[in-house]
Amino acid sequence: MSVGGSVGGNALMDTVVIESLEPLIAALQSAGYAVVGPTVKDAAVRMAEISSVEDLPAGVGDVQRPGNYRLAERGDEMLFDFAASPDSAKRFTQPPRQRLFRMRGQTIEEVREKAPRVALLGVRACDLAAIAVQDRVFLGRHPDPTYRRRREALFLIAVNCAVPGGTCFCVSMGTGPKATTGFDLALTELASPHRFTVESGSERGAQIVAAIPHRPADQGDLTAAEEVSRIAATRMGRHVDTEGIQQWLPAAHDSPRWTDVASRCLSCTNCTMVCPTCFCSTVEDITDLTGEVTERSERWDSCFSLDFTELSGQPPVRSSALARYRQWLTHKFATWYDQFGTSGCVGCGRCITWCPTGIDVTEELSAIRDGTGETSCIR
Amino acid sequence: MHPMTPVPYRVRSRRPDRADTVTLALEPVSGPCPFSLPGQFTMVYAHGVGEIPISLSGRGRTGALVHTIRAVGAVSQALCRKRPGDLVGVRGPYGTAFDVAGAAGLDVVVAAGGLGLAPLRTVVRELIAHRSRYGRISVIAGTRTPMTLLYPRELDRWRMAHDIDVQVIVDHPDHIWPGPVGLVTKLIDRIVFAPRRTAAFVCGPEIMMRAVADDLMARGVPARRIALSLERNMKCGVGRCGHCQLGPLLLCLDGPVVDYERVGGLLAVREL
Repeated sequence: MSVGGSVGGNALMDTVVIESLEPLIAALQSAGYAVVGPTVKDAAVRMAEISSVEDLPAGVGDVQRPGNYRLAERGDEMLFDFAASPDSAKRFTQPPRQRLFRMRGQTIEEVREKAPRVALLGVRACDLAAIAVQDRVFLGRHPDPTYRRRREALFLIAVNCAVPGGTCFCVSMGTGPKATTGFDLALTELASPHRFTVESGSERGAQIVAAIPHRPADQGDLTAAEEVSRIAATRMGRHVDTEGIQQWLPAAHDSPRWTDVASRCLSCTNCTMVCPTCFCSTVEDITDLTGEVTERSERWDSCFSLDFTELSGQPPVRSSALARYRQWLTHKFATWYDQFGTSGCVGCGRCITWCPTGIDVTEELSAIRDGTGETSCIR
Repeated sequence: MHPMTPVPYRVRSRRPDRADTVTLALEPVSGPCPFSLPGQFTMVYAHGVGEIPISLSGRGRTGALVHTIRAVGAVSQALCRKRPGDLVGVRGPYGTAFDVAGAAGLDVVVAAGGLGLAPLRTVVRELIAHRSRYGRISVIAGTRTPMTLLYPRELDRWRMAHDIDVQVIVDHPDHIWPGPVGLVTKLIDRIVFAPRRTAAFVCGPEIMMRAVADDLMARGVPARRIALSLERNMKCGVGRCGHCQLGPLLLCLDGPVVDYERVGGLLAVREL
């Protein structure tokens, strides 16, 4: 899938080193991009528009566990030493609500939603993989031109993960921690002296690099950058055995574990909201007071909602929380392959961190695979 | 064009079928009617109320998309109130079709439950168009009461003019109903077909379709030749809303018509 002129894993130019992000941010701004990066907000790392390096979360880390997220002050100069933020790129590729069309009297006019030029700074390898998953959903058999414009307007600056969180398992899903494809630029943050290696993944990425002060990376820089990703890969908080999962997970529809996990699941939809690949949506009509003009919107929905499978005059197909949890997990890790030729999970761990009762998909999967219905830990 | 944007259509004709059921023929306000296949569905939008998937129940002489709609929810009620000349939005036709041509040389069993007769009408019309290609054709239809039977005159025509064995069974007979009472599976005993050389087209409530398919299989009809039309909640019809999943299937793209070999096991899992 070719979106935004990405050219895959091979750098268009040799890796370079930049001493500061300030010229990069300025170059992106003068190229017409709103630069969106990690900031500290609501006691979490949130993606928001930044004007300079000052807005980035220097010395801020995070602690992530099932059902738990806390910021931790480290006090050093590192700007990206934290794991997945509750915000993923989904907010930009598939906004929570988008208008579709307006019906006025005898006419139907399509709403041409804006595709803002956004440069996303600090995208992780797992989130790049998630964007590639979403491309298969929205640019497949019935391609969505709005999605395509939004994707093309999105400039992706990956920052390779140095400090994975306690709920991360991108290594299991084969998506990280190093960004290898799908970015315009990929940075690795290095300490003492503080600097970044920069790899270009697209023509427009290379053009930005050419416009800012940089020097060629020397062997020391390259080795240090490789070390960051190598060490990060050894620090995964979680692990999933995906061997044969496409077969054994759907086949385990009668596992006693589903009853167990359903007793802990609140059907709150948090996991689907923070998931960078969950794409399910519903539609809503808003009619003006005259009743003449109706505007239809699409908004995020969740397979945990009771009315998700409702049909007029009949009970919902998935009435129980058991069936809804089973649908979500089985879809994410197995039947997604049947529908889109890829796993729906990229191993970012957000669903584990943001589950209010701390349900851990990796733990559930291993219990289901091992055929046990027991909970290994109750919180 | 965005896949979620409907095309303006006008109601060309409206025929009340039963107390709560209406057949609407829809034509684009401008441009030609799109091509459709038996079993496919469209997403029909009622201004300000909502959009629902509806299987096509026929094709008008001018190519109009014909829909038979029962007023059961807000959108279907709004659509049933539409009059000739009124505007609706239409997307599609979408989805898989009944492989009617693939049944050439075989006996054919068409089994309908209630409103399921609507999409199957497109199948029967296709069979009639090439009657000589098929062996024995049987249409068995179950309906709640004699008064809720769809297309009674057309059923008579099929019986009289096209050498089709049409049989109807009702759940709740009135005092003048002369025919059989019970579930549609009961009619399978009363029709003649060579099971191993038979194709079946089935549409109705899911529990009815499973009962019919299991019965046909028990008599030797191959599961791959039993085609079902499934119904699920759908918001998009184009594989992006996620609502219509049945295990590995997105029924808007992989369905609504699926064969029993593929879905029999899936339908047997509760709440899948």
